[in-house]
Amino acid sequence: MTSRRKLLIIAALGLTIIILFMISMATGVSKLSPFEVIQTLLGMGSSKQHLILFEFRLPRMLLSICIGIGLAVSGCILQGVSRNDLADPGILGINAGAGLAIVLVLLFFGGLGSAPAWLMPIIAFGGAIAAMALVYGLSYKRGHVTSATRLVLTGVGVGSGLLAASTALSLRLSEEQYRLISIWLAGNVWNASWLSVAITVPVIVILFGFVFYKSRVLNAITLGDDMALGLGVNINRQRLLFLLIAALLAGVCVAAGGNIAFVGLIGPHVARSLVGSNHKYLLPTSALCGAILVLLADTLGRIILQPMEVPTGIIVAIIGAPYFLYLLMRAKN
Amino acid sequence: MSKGTQITTKNNYVKAVWTILIGIVLLLFAVALSISLGAANFDLATVWQAIFAPDMSLLPHQIIWELRLPRVLVAVIVGAALSVAGAIMQGVTRNPLADAGLLGLNAGSGFAIAICFAFFPAMSQLGLLAASFVGAGISLLLIYGISAAARGAFTPAKLVLVGASISMLMIAISQAIALYFNLTQGFAFWTAGGVAIVTWDQLAFVTPFIVIGLLLAVLLSRSITVLSLGEKMAIGLGQRVGLVKILSLLVVLILAGASVSLVGAVGFVGLLIPHIVRHFVGSDYRYIIPCSAVLGGLFLVLADFGARMINAPYETPLGAVVALIGVPFFLHVVRKDIKGI
Repeated sequence: MTSRRKLLIIAALGLTIIILFMISMATGVSKLSPFEVIQTLLGMGSSKQHLILFEFRLPRMLLSICIGIGLAVSGCILQGVSRNDLADPGILGINAGAGLAIVLVLLFFGGLGSAPAWLMPIIAFGGAIAAMALVYGLSYKRGHVTSATRLVLTGVGVGSGLLAASTALSLRLSEEQYRLISIWLAGNVWNASWLSVAITVPVIVILFGFVFYKSRVLNAITLGDDMALGLGVNINRQRLLFLLIAALLAGVCVAAGGNIAFVGLIGPHVARSLVGSNHKYLLPTSALCGAILVLLADTLGRIILQPMEVPTGIIVAIIGAPYFLYLLMRAKN
Repeated sequence: MSKGTQITTKNNYVKAVWTILIGIVLLLFAVALSISLGAANFDLATVWQAIFAPDMSLLPHQIIWELRLPRVLVAVIVGAALSVAGAIMQGVTRNPLADAGLLGLNAGSGFAIAICFAFFPAMSQLGLLAASFVGAGISLLLIYGISAAARGAFTPAKLVLVGASISMLMIAISQAIALYFNLTQGFAFWTAGGVAIVTWDQLAFVTPFIVIGLLLAVLLSRSITVLSLGEKMAIGLGQRVGLVKILSLLVVLILAGASVSLVGAVGFVGLLIPHIVRHFVGSDYRYIIPCSAVLGGLFLVLADFGARMINAPYETPLGAVVALIGVPFFLHVVRKDIKGI
């Protein structure tokens, strides 16, 4: 496949996001036609249109796009580093770690409402990194991760342990807090505010830029330890760096949108079938596929049970789980 | 068969008998402990009197009969049922990671419970039990269907991943229902896993199923041993493999479905106990199945006792206590070099 064709695919995915954005704006309880959107963006809409676009829809959609990008890139890194197509922050227990950290804060400090908003991503990141350290530490054997499958199974085990702990602790919360945490754990983007956009967008943009800049190193790691050493890559240091970035990306996304699984699995998978496995193209394509998935899930969640909103994470799981099962059924080994 | 194997088999028979005898003694001890200690402590004489010469005008006797006894009995039968179900699944699928929780049965049951809470809020406790049974069955059939339709060998890792994704799907739909109908902690308590709220009625409803399931398991144990040697070997030995597989699926459905409907999401028991038992009595399911039943009952009584005592007077969900022990064990199994991982 020529690189021009790959760029065309990337451009087409970008266009899809814009179209999806317009569709999303034109559906739901409060609608804006594409023309009205452009008018409002140019500062010529009514004050009501201004309110709908800038206060409700825009932050939420920007956040959805960011979460999609972050989770898909995190999955892409994990899959490259562990050389395992099944790696995903949700499956590796990283989301569960971030979730447990949030439950603990809710339990001991009585609420997130009173805590400063920038604290959430930091706490979630702490939980995510602790979970990942646990999973990697436990799957190390004789000095190196011997089997990628063992890594995934360890992730499933650690994830279910952390989830059990979260469930046990969340039963102690008050009814109101419990409702808050269950909505949060289900994965939702609807509490999006410009503040969380201001925290999330720069982090995702910077991390994505950095990973994209280092996509050659990721390519080398994917080729195997020997090959990477031959190419002059300090494999252990680079691997650790990438893992840290993957956890940071997942932690930030979980803090902003709750527990959303499968994006890190499906984004890179679809991307690989579109543009192959060179990370220079794979990373941006995964990011766009992830963004499309989350944006689509957010839009569907808003319109299928109107006026009630279904959390994004639930819709993503309902789309993602059957797709994953289909992949497992097709895979030879 | 060589002389060496015969001796091993005989040794294992002796070991199995000892495991069962010691297991039963420990089980009785654990039951007595669990009945006598708690928010109120009773001495063993009172426990004895309450059970064999009950006088319902006395408060201790009431507490023992209405709260402690049904609870401990549920722990015994559910522990036995989950362990035996796990042992059968591991034998038939030749998969060391098979377990009701890991295969998504708990999530299936939770899904059915969410539907009942939402659409039939007036449903009786027994109706909920039946629904939960059906939900667990749906998950089990999904797993079997997918593994039958899959291309290539179904490795332990794949089975766990299929189980994990079925769980995630079922949990997602349950959460959507729970949020839409504003079901709160009542639903969460049901699904978190515990034996605290079990009544005599529920116990009477489920026990016959579990007893029948356990008896069928013992009857099938010989065939399961043959099947666990490999399908080709089993056919060569003249076994009707298809029939044995269907019967074992049925037994797993009865045992695991009934258990999950009683206690909710308690995972890892079916993984943990058969592994430990295999360590004592070898790989013959005629020994593994009865030993798993006894040790599984013992394990769950102790776990439930722990769930009551860890943070008294609050109840810690049983599922969480079991996960505390089960997860490290699962990780240990994964760490060992298993064929197919």
